[in-house]
Amino acid sequence: MSTVGTSTVETVIAERKAAGSGALVGYLPVGFPDFQTSVDAAVALAENGVDVIELGLPYSDPVMDGTVIQKATQAALAGGFKLAHGFDAVAAITARTDVPVLVMTYWNPVLQYGVDRFSDDLVAAGGAGLITPDLVADEAGLWLAASERTGLDRVFLAAPSSTDARLAQAVEMSRGFVYAVSTMGITGARSDVDTAARTLVARLRAAGATSTCVGLGISTADQVREVLGYADGAIVGSALVTALADGGVEAVARTAAALAAGTRLTSSST
Amino acid sequence: MALRDELGPYFGEYGGRYVPESLIAALDELDSAYQLARTDTAFQSELAQLHATYTGRPSIITEVPRFAQHAGNARVILKREDLNHTGSHKINNVLGQALLAKRLGKRRLIAETGAGQHGVATATAAALFGMECVVYMGEVDTERQALNVARMRLLGATVIPVTTGSRTLKDAINDALRDWVANVDSTHYLLGTVAGPHPFPVMVRDFHKIIGEEARAQVLELTGRLPDAVTACVGGGSNAMGIFHAFLDDPDVALYGYEAAGEGHLTERHAATITRGRPGVLHGARSYMLQDDDGQTIESHSISAGLDYPGVGPEHAWLNDIGRASYLPITDDEAMEALRLLSRTEGIIPAIESAHALAGTMKLGRELGPDATILVNLSGRGDKDMETAGTYFELFDKKASE
Ligand SMILES: Cc1ncc(COP(=O)(O)O)c(C=O)c1O
Repeated sequence: MSTVGTSTVETVIAERKAAGSGALVGYLPVGFPDFQTSVDAAVALAENGVDVIELGLPYSDPVMDGTVIQKATQAALAGGFKLAHGFDAVAAITARTDVPVLVMTYWNPVLQYGVDRFSDDLVAAGGAGLITPDLVADEAGLWLAASERTGLDRVFLAAPSSTDARLAQAVEMSRGFVYAVSTMGITGARSDVDTAARTLVARLRAAGATSTCVGLGISTADQVREVLGYADGAIVGSALVTALADGGVEAVARTAAALAAGTRLTSSST
Repeated sequence: MALRDELGPYFGEYGGRYVPESLIAALDELDSAYQLARTDTAFQSELAQLHATYTGRPSIITEVPRFAQHAGNARVILKREDLNHTGSHKINNVLGQALLAKRLGKRRLIAETGAGQHGVATATAAALFGMECVVYMGEVDTERQALNVARMRLLGATVIPVTTGSRTLKDAINDALRDWVANVDSTHYLLGTVAGPHPFPVMVRDFHKIIGEEARAQVLELTGRLPDAVTACVGGGSNAMGIFHAFLDDPDVALYGYEAAGEGHLTERHAATITRGRPGVLHGARSYMLQDDDGQTIESHSISAGLDYPGVGPEHAWLNDIGRASYLPITDDEAMEALRLLSRTEGIIPAIESAHALAGTMKLGRELGPDATILVNLSGRGDKDMETAGTYFELFDKKASE
């Protein structure tokens, strides 16, 4: 992993690990159900045990997302989401919490905004870096340069189908953490998180990864606990989005707190 | 290097692979299988045999003098891809990819479709090879191409109407990609045009380049020389790449791609991707696309479902930038007028997609004059479009339509 130690995200994850468990990463999109509520909901994540916020930028063609997140981001776009709101949201959230904010975005919006300009504005807003679901390191020349220059984290994905050489590349190129895709699929709650995730994390460790978070399909505290048994962090998205859609900020806070119970080894094993 | 020798993954600054990591292994697997198949005589002869005994290749060319009177009396020659089994050029690519999928041991084919022609061709190949088939189709398109939905279902395919986004081709591709990510072990994504991540643009082009290879020889035989211009409609760009490819290194042959301008390329309702778009990343490749300032894809509009797509294949983007091919807009009304004219003057009812190439040819013929020869790719037949044409031209009896 490049430049270990300079990344806040990496430090936060390492601290949670040192304390005996691992980190909880929580996803919510900007602008759903409206701008202010999405900011309040992200802050609520931070106040209820989420260690790293993954803030999604709504995009017209989200191929990695299942129906829950698609619906939310489509509503945000229909509600008038603009890319500029993404930076406003990062600034508003980081003004209220020290929990680091990674932005999750498909690649074309960054490309159109200008990779360097995007990076500079993200730094100015207090963002920690980017998670790029449809950008593999092979195509990431501009972003590798911009993140090197600005020190932003860059989180690439690793999949059960990735070859050892590609896993090594993901580990080498990522900073903050490597996003281990738990299953061959898209976002959305699943009743059991694949055993494929366990194998993938082991392979990533063998490739030198020191900070690996598992995402896709995690929606309960038990799943968080199970994942933290072998990985450094657990990423939850659709379950939080569903809570926000159904019960607003209060429900997100409750769901986050319940999921965070899975990061505490002292809690009962139910 | 000859222009014909471009093999991707990049065409100039276009192309590449902008996809989730989960798909890279499948794309690599497909790429190696395809690289083997390209030079494997057993594969090539199996495909050639299928084309001879199933597709109906070579497709003929037809000279259309009565239509040409509306095209400045230029000599107009149609390459009759409409006569292929299933009614369009789409079958060329589908049989090639289905054979590859069989070699890869995949039991399930998935596809996106706009006009339904690619879906029908894929459902046909699945029936022929005994494979399972799922076709994603925007809900808007299932309505305007209802006949093709019925054809696919009759052939045993499952048609899934896509209700997200603009509910057209672009969203069908998104859902097909999501399906592929989740089922990549058993499933081949049979992409229907020269777009998407590498190796699709080059592979789909190669499966269609037989169109231009046949037509080049046929026109030479008929007229004793190469055509002055070759024209085709451009949605994602597969029929156009297919007929252009054999002529890329013939500098005296001008290449024209006609994009759907819907209600006009200067209105908000069009699908003129190269004319009005700018470079960006959509569906796994860098190319021209219709997008707003934030890089959000803009919904396209065309009376023709098969051209109603806000992206275009990367090789076209490159051919445009280097000036080898020209891309021009044709409105709904111009295309419908050309559709009516070809039907009336030659007894050939073209697909609305192909009618865009005919409308462009009418304009081009008037520019080039009677000494010019223009080869047009008649990519498909119009049977699927009778509902749209019937409404547009008010052909249905009031009583019957009630
Ligand atoms: C008859 C016909 N022509 C053209 C097209 C457009 O596709 P492409 O630009 O890939 O040839 C379609 C697509 O459905 C079609 O059915």
